[in-house]
Parts: sequence; C-alpha cells; structure tokens
Amino acid sequence: MPRGKSQFVWTRRHLLGLEELSAEEIVHVLDTAAGFKEISTRSIKKAPALRGKVVVLLFFEPSTRTSMSFNLAAQRLSADLLEFHTEASSVKKGETLIDTGRNIEAMGVDIFVIRHAAAGAPQMLARHTNTCVINAGDGAHEHPTQGLLDIFTIREAKGRIEGLKVAIVGDISHSRVARSNIWGLTKLGAEVTLVGPPTQLPGGLAGERCRLSHDLDSVLPEMDVVNLLRIQHERQGANSFPSIREYSRLFGMNAERLSRCKDDVLIMHPGPINRGVEITSDVADGPHSAILQQVTNGVAIRMAVMYLVAGVKPEKGN
Amino acid sequence: MKRILDAKGLSAAIDRMVDELAGVCPADLPWAVVGIRTRGVALAERVKAQLAAKTGRELPLGWLDITLYRDDLHEMEASPLVRQTKIDFDPTDMCIILVDDVLFTGRTIRAALGALGDYGRPKVVRLAVLVDRGHRELPIAADVVGCRIETRRDEVVEVSMSETDDGDEVVARPAGSGR
Repeated sequence: MPRGKSQFVWTRRHLLGLEELSAEEIVHVLDTAAGFKEISTRSIKKAPALRGKVVVLLFFEPSTRTSMSFNLAAQRLSADLLEFHTEASSVKKGETLIDTGRNIEAMGVDIFVIRHAAAGAPQMLARHTNTCVINAGDGAHEHPTQGLLDIFTIREAKGRIEGLKVAIVGDISHSRVARSNIWGLTKLGAEVTLVGPPTQLPGGLAGERCRLSHDLDSVLPEMDVVNLLRIQHERQGANSFPSIREYSRLFGMNAERLSRCKDDVLIMHPGPINRGVEITSDVADGPHSAILQQVTNGVAIRMAVMYLVAGVKPEKGN
Repeated sequence: MKRILDAKGLSAAIDRMVDELAGVCPADLPWAVVGIRTRGVALAERVKAQLAAKTGRELPLGWLDITLYRDDLHEMEASPLVRQTKIDFDPTDMCIILVDDVLFTGRTIRAALGALGDYGRPKVVRLAVLVDRGHRELPIAADVVGCRIETRRDEVVEVSMSETDDGDEVVARPAGSGR
C-alpha cells in the first residue's frame, strides 16, 4: 500500500546543475520520476501533463541518446517538440546563442533543453530569455539529468543513497557527468571516491567533497557502486594518458576485477561505452551491469524535470 | 467540525457498497478493483477483500494517480506531486470497479476515466464512492454510494482510514481548516 505525502513545493524554472540544488530538491525529482517511470510501460505511453506546451531541443554539440531521451520524454507528456541541432560557431558563441534563443522564444515556446560545448551556456540562456531552461550538458561543467538518472538507478537498486560507497572512475576532470554525480551523491550522503590517472583528477570544490585515488584495485573491494566514465577523446586537447591500452590495464573493468568486488556491486556507465576500454563486454552485458536501466530511467527523469519546471509560474520562480 | 460517519458507520457503509456492487457488475465479465489515490486506495483494498470473500472471485487490485490528467494542472501554482500508478493487469474487456472516497465536482472521476483509458479499454466501468456530497460540475454519477450527505460548497469532507490515518471516520469541516 503506497502512502506518505510531501509538503515540498518545487520552485525552480530552470535545471542548470545539481550544485545549486538542495538534497530535498534532488529527492523530490527522484520521487517524481518514480511516478513517471510507469508511463513507459503502458499500452498507451502518453500522459497529457504538458499538452499544449512546446519543448525546444537546442543541441550545439552532437548527441544521439540524450536528445532521443529528451525527445521521447517530451512526447510521452504530450508536449510539442522542436529540434535544433547545430555545431556552434567558435567565435561569438555568446551572442549567437542569445540571439538564437530569443528568436525561437519569440515564436512562443515553453522549455529550452540545451547542450553546448561552452560551460555556462545554459545559465546565459536562462538569464537572457524568459523560458524554462534545462541543461543537457554544458562543456565540462554539469550534466544534471545524467547525474539524476544515475542516482535514481542507484536508489532503485540499493534502496538508499546515504552511506553507500561509490567510485567514479576515469577522466574526472573533463567529465560533466562526474561533476553532476559528485554534487548529487555527496548531498544525499554517499561517500564518493574518484579514481583516475593523476592528470585527470580534479581539484576544486567538487573534488574536495571526495576521496581521490590513483589505484582502482585498492578501492574496488569496498565499493557498492562503480561508475565508469567514457574516455572523451573530443574533450581532451592532448592525451593526458599514455595509451588506450595502458588506461584499460589500469582503470578498465573486467571479469577479473569484478570478482574482487562486493557480490552485489552495481556497475554503471553513462554510455556510449568503448567496449574493451573502460569496460569489457562480459561485464557490460553481465548481471551486475545497470547500463540499460540507466537509459530506461533517463526518460523518466527527463519527464519529471520537464513537468516540474513547466509547472512554475514565471513571476514565482527563481 | 461535524462527524458524518464513525468507525462503525464507515464499516456499515462499506458493507452496503459491497452488497450493491455484486448486483451492478455484470456476472459474465472478469472484475477488477481500482482505487484512486490517495484515500481511494485503502478503501479499494477493503472493498476488494470483502467482495472477493462474498463472491469467491479473483479480483486484481490497482491504483491510479490522476495528477497528470487534472483539468486544472496548468492553472496551479506549482506542479503537484505525482505518485505511482499501479495497474499490472490489462483492463481491456473487464468490468472495472473504480473506487474513491468522496464524490464532489466529478472532475477527479473524469480525470480517472481518462487515465484508465490509457491502460486499455474496459468493457464496463462502475463507480463506487464512500461519500457523495453533491455539487457536481460534470455529468457524472456513482453506481454505488456508501453514504449521501448535504454539504455547503465550501465545506471540506475528510475521510480517514486506519491504513493511512489514526482511525476510521468521515468528518466535514468549514473551509480552510482541513488537514
């Protein structure tokens, strides 16, 4: 028998990052997403919550899965959808972005979902337009819906976040996925360990909330969750590690390493996976892997976020 | 505050609902009970248990959150909490017994019928409510009513059930003093 009631009221018109959210706000998104997940299992996979609203996907960086996930989430809530995919011009990014945003806004739209190579682009769009803005990844800054869907997936599998030991492995310093995970997980009381080559571990605020390690094998046995990041060739100027083979040898997840993990360890990856680099196929497709659940949960999280921001009246929100 | 039903009265009202349901649901169809969240769920559980005992039928139980189907969703100050819906059977061609605690404007039932239709196409839907307090705004009526009462439009009728609250009772309060 389901029970419980929440007096919590969501007041944000934008989702720009998890750094600015309180633990209570993060839990509210997760609880809302739990209600939305079931819609994707119905015979008619649609609810009328955003009927008559227009969602615009502004993707200035290539993306298939994230844009498909937002696309599907918007359609499952009966919103109308505009898609705008382009590579950002390297000069005058700011001006171009604001002009683009204002022009599209003038047609009468309700939610911008933006992905951009420049950190801070969603914040700028939110400041210069009156439309709800959802960050779908900005540079190496944040990817809040990925962080939320990862945390949702962990909570679903483990029943809690507080007290869990979570390793995030890979190129942390270039990873917006890592940053959003770090903020969200530590706010909910998880103990996060960042594992990677010395050249790829971050300093700064996010890094200070975590333990740092260069040695995957020494931390593995105590972990409840291991989240493997994708090597992002496109976000690295010069290679910050000697070779793919060396990376795989030191930080790749394989059956041998898995055998030294806890029996109920959860293996995650934000995708797309480089098979044989961050993770071998037998582990990626094996029983500990949550990779496909992450994708499924992503749609529910994005539905929840769009539903919540669209419900806040412009004059009331912040 | 005035008490409309105490624990004994509430139990007797559910007994009447169960008796009448057995008469209004087509005998040749499979039946299922669906409660509307939140108070309709506890009520639906009791109706299902008693109806199953009385008729010897298998009765699947589900519950429905109608938040996304509300006709005032866009007028509200903030998006209300969406709770989980659970209908893990196909309602197509069944007799669905829709259960809610209070029937008032009829808007919740309109939303529930819309939501239910997204799971399949029931052959028949019967509506069972514990309290009918009048003031309908839509052409909707219950098939089975536990208790009919006269209320003022601005009164609040509250049903408490021991599964979710301190005990069983139904009360009416003046506006603005609800739980």
